[in-house]
Amino acid sequence: MTENLIEIKNLRTYFHLAEGVVRAVDGVDLNIKRKKTLGIVGESGCGKSMMSLSLLRLVPSPGKIEGGEILYHHTVHENQDNALSSVVDITKLDPMGKEMRSIRGNQISMVFQEPMTAMSPILTIGRQITEVITLHQKVNQAEARNRAIEMLARVRMPKPERVIDDYPFQLSGGMRQRAVIAMALCCQPQMLIADEPTTALDVTTEAQILQLMRDLQEEFGMAILYITHNLGVIAEIAEEVAVMYLGKVVEQTDVKSIFYQPLHPYTRALLQSIPQLKDVLLRHDDARRLQTIKGMIPDPYQHLKGCPFHPRCPEAILGVCDTVEPKVIQMGEGHIVRCHLYDK
Amino acid sequence: MTNPANKSEPLLEVQDLKKYFPIKRGFFKRVVGHVKAVDDINLHIMEGETLGMVGESGCGKTTAGRSIMRAITPSSGKVMFRDPILGLVDVAALDDKDLMHVRRSMRMIFQDPYASLNPRMTILDIVGAPLRAMGLFHGKQLEDRVAEILDLVGLRPEYMRRYPHAFSGGQRQRIGIARALAPSPTFIVCDEPVSALDVSVQAQILNLLQDLQGKLGLTYLFVAHDLSVVAHICNRVSVMYVGKMVELAPTRDLFVSPLHPYTEALMSAIPLPDPRPRTKRVLLSGEVANPASPPSGCYFHPRCSYCQDICKTEEPAFKELTPGHFVKCHRAAELNLTGVSEILEH
Repeated sequence: MTENLIEIKNLRTYFHLAEGVVRAVDGVDLNIKRKKTLGIVGESGCGKSMMSLSLLRLVPSPGKIEGGEILYHHTVHENQDNALSSVVDITKLDPMGKEMRSIRGNQISMVFQEPMTAMSPILTIGRQITEVITLHQKVNQAEARNRAIEMLARVRMPKPERVIDDYPFQLSGGMRQRAVIAMALCCQPQMLIADEPTTALDVTTEAQILQLMRDLQEEFGMAILYITHNLGVIAEIAEEVAVMYLGKVVEQTDVKSIFYQPLHPYTRALLQSIPQLKDVLLRHDDARRLQTIKGMIPDPYQHLKGCPFHPRCPEAILGVCDTVEPKVIQMGEGHIVRCHLYDK
Repeated sequence: MTNPANKSEPLLEVQDLKKYFPIKRGFFKRVVGHVKAVDDINLHIMEGETLGMVGESGCGKTTAGRSIMRAITPSSGKVMFRDPILGLVDVAALDDKDLMHVRRSMRMIFQDPYASLNPRMTILDIVGAPLRAMGLFHGKQLEDRVAEILDLVGLRPEYMRRYPHAFSGGQRQRIGIARALAPSPTFIVCDEPVSALDVSVQAQILNLLQDLQGKLGLTYLFVAHDLSVVAHICNRVSVMYVGKMVELAPTRDLFVSPLHPYTEALMSAIPLPDPRPRTKRVLLSGEVANPASPPSGCYFHPRCSYCQDICKTEEPAFKELTPGHFVKCHRAAELNLTGVSEILEH
């Protein structure tokens, strides 16, 4: 069995609009290892959500995968409808075809930020979970219902036998998110994509859900692709981290190195701009200012020459960073960065 | 934060503030109960100070901010405010005529920069609206005033004829801030002003709020759920739980020596941007209590690891334990809770 569950090679997802072309994902290379958690950090417009939608072939029109490969090294389970060959390129599959539908929700699942938009408001929790089960597994309704209750118990939902007949509006935010996680995991996927699943939740509920996800990962032995802009959450849940900016991965390494030895100027700037609890211990009475990144995320229709970050970069080299696109540079074990500063 | 001004009297003093929402059932819409959104809070804010109000969903912090502003009318209690024109007034009891004056001095900044700007109004209209409504400026003078404020918040005045959709989230939030500043207020309620923004934009807006406070002598009530942000920008912090204020202290004291178990749990839950494993974690179980039918005694008791019999039956009083540090807990004096120093040691 290969170490990598998914290999993304030079993925490009573009939106061709009347106003121009938005290169949402612009040449992304990523490997997602089995049973490990990869965190994707980035701000609005970096392409992290589009990348995860590309993985599941859910990119909304007029977006399209323009190029690249998504190689999925799967293992065959007993309960699936049909056996797939051991490597498949997801970009080549028909998004509505049988193969892709057997992957989506079954082998690779997704949890979104807003639990209300992931669930139908007019169906009970039970109906929605059993639908996923009966779609992918050969069981009858009664058995599916039992499995749904079991799954709710596993996500530590209080009173699962009662909640199964509740509607989403009857549950709190934390409970809804647990229900969505139950829906995502009921077919025991090999990978879970979590796109900002705790952003809309209170901090105490967030802590519970993060703990739950760590426990379930161990129980199910699955990989997690965790997307967020919250560096604190990344530190808690990710083993490896990739930082994205304007459709590209600008740095990738293990979680400790990202925090203790960040290389890319954008990564460093992000880390310096967050208010940190430890600063409370060094309080002075004069106003302390946060370090900011000058400027703003540029217009997505504008395709800059050179490095996409150069207009905002405190260390940009004139004549180089604004004309030549930086290539990926290997800096030590498992640490890559896309920056001219490290190009010898 | 700038040093609070040396005036000895507070700019704002809230006394026994309550806001109850009636629950009506049945054909005759009989009142069967109340959602006690804000249930008896007391606080004061000195001129030039930033008071933080933290808590989770349903704790009443947003309702408290709005009640103080008279955006909604409190059920009972007083909001004593030193208005520059009217002098010391109880905002909760003002008639409409006097309320118009107070609306110049007490303003609000909202959370969602996408929902809080009317998409069919130009920036000039949005920022100029309060000035027009209050009869403060007209015509060219209005435009000049709007240009002045836009410049103050870091936006190009030439943009004033554009519509909100032309701007990013961070820029929209600046527009919202400009709108709040237009009539030269003294007091601003910031209701989660950075929660919806990207990390790097958050930093810009927080810096802007601090700069404006220094330049214009503003006083802030900063409502938020993000403790790291609150720790950065506030002089003092209050913690809310299901309509009650459970702790109030200067920022450093609250974070280094929390006295309420809920404050301890909130701090413990924060995901820190540091990957070292954490050992001293307090993980709360259960869900936030329902403000329409809260538990008996101390509202927090079902989730509290230090709960004793008295906590289940008797509501604790909001008492000053050490100078300036208030807490609503029967056991505050004997507990030794985990503060930020221990959390950071992991």
